Amino acid sequence: MALDAVFREQWGRVLATLVGMLGDIELAEDAAAEAFAIAAERWPRDGEPANPTGWLVTTARNRAVDQLRRRQVLDRKTKLLARDIETGPPPPEAPMDENATIPDERLELIFTCCHPALALEAQVALTLRTLGGLSTDEIALAFLVPFDTMSKRLTRAKHKIHDARIPFAVPPDHQLPDRLSAVLTVVYLIFNQGWGGGRVDLAAEAIHLGRALAGLMPDEPEVLALLALMLLHDARKQGRLRDGEIVPLDEQDRALWDRRQIDEGRALLQRAIVRGSNGPHLIQAAIADLYLQEPRDWRQIAALYETLAGLTGSPVVEMNRAIAVAEIHGPEAGLSILDGLDLDHYRYFHSTRADLLRRAGRTAEAHAAYERARAQAQTEAERRFLTTRLAETTP
Amino acid sequence: MQYALLAYSPAEEEGDRAARPISEGLAGLLDRPGVTGWARLHADESATTLRNADGRTLLTDGPFIDSKEYLAGLILIEADDLDGALLIAEQLLQETRPGTSIEVRPILSEHFRGA
Repeated sequence: MALDAVFREQWGRVLATLVGMLGDIELAEDAAAEAFAIAAERWPRDGEPANPTGWLVTTARNRAVDQLRRRQVLDRKTKLLARDIETGPPPPEAPMDENATIPDERLELIFTCCHPALALEAQVALTLRTLGGLSTDEIALAFLVPFDTMSKRLTRAKHKIHDARIPFAVPPDHQLPDRLSAVLTVVYLIFNQGWGGGRVDLAAEAIHLGRALAGLMPDEPEVLALLALMLLHDARKQGRLRDGEIVPLDEQDRALWDRRQIDEGRALLQRAIVRGSNGPHLIQAAIADLYLQEPRDWRQIAALYETLAGLTGSPVVEMNRAIAVAEIHGPEAGLSILDGLDLDHYRYFHSTRADLLRRAGRTAEAHAAYERARAQAQTEAERRFLTTRLAETTP
Repeated sequence: MQYALLAYSPAEEEGDRAARPISEGLAGLLDRPGVTGWARLHADESATTLRNADGRTLLTDGPFIDSKEYLAGLILIEADDLDGALLIAEQLLQETRPGTSIEVRPILSEHFRGA
């Protein structure tokens, strides 16, 4: 494996272990960065150690202890100046064997990063930084915010974790469902962000996180369902664009879909169903699976959207139900659902509405709706697709 | 670890806050060992605010922040971590009037002299 790939694999593991040892994300992050820099220099020359995780953790830990000692000396000097003889706690001295088995504490870390006491945007950024190993630069680029803004957001979150003592722990059973759902929300948000732009492959990042979670919590049906959902969506990635143009689902070349990923997604979906889940991610994964099948079972899709809308109360889900209903009962039936939704700010609302209006023969209204959709489009491909539709509906 | 819970309550519609006793439920929670101190404050009409304006002291009638909610009390607690503090805050919140908010803040340093 290339060194880059090894590092990406190791970063989350190593950092999580260090946070557990040192009790401070910032200190752990600095120490991990130093250890990875040393590895980048030594491993190509001396060869990769037998236990890379152990090597990285030991090296980083030693750096952190040095750092703590320096701080303490400084602290002591400052205190002496203030004529204060109080001394801080001694630095950790426990010897460490780099061949010892390193416990995987990534779950603890992800529950810290996705703690509801942190703002959602901070949870997302922190998860990508700590578990995904993305640089602040890359995260800033992915979310289209200036580097300084993202850097401050991360620093503030890390300070709050430290100062307010947000626990580094997997929540107890009575809190687990709520807190796990917060974690899954963050991962799915990262995935969806990855669909629009393609600046940084966030979809791949989210799937990577999803796999790690599924490995750590193999019996949590919603964890399995989320991974299934992401894999089933992502499997169509190659078919979704042709020469940079958006291809509607029905016109996609199915040979371009990732068969292996679809099979893996379906197997995960089955595992989640067997474990008795009826959570929102399971329903979405089941819908994603139905979309891949030909002919499409619109009645079942509409019914699942109805269940999902009952769970989430989301108008976007209602919008998707309208699409399915339009397939069963015609475009006017879909439009009457859309009329009741407050989704004016949502870019896909206008393109969905425009499409149904066009199929209902209400061309002038369709044209106006395509105009609104294009005004809100976020990628060039979307804009070109809508421009074509606009030309087709020009009265 | 010590946390301060700052309770903000909506203005009283009617009745005298001072004449209303602490509810039994709230009193029970305040008696628990995790609670290291608490103070219930008079309504904000009783407040006087001093401001340091370039070394000169300005005195005004009323609370520092004029809003629909006012600082009604503060409770000092000891908890293992933020989750522990949030749990206590949530239990206290259940015993307050609707519309009350509790802000949880970690304490940087403290000194309690005791009554």
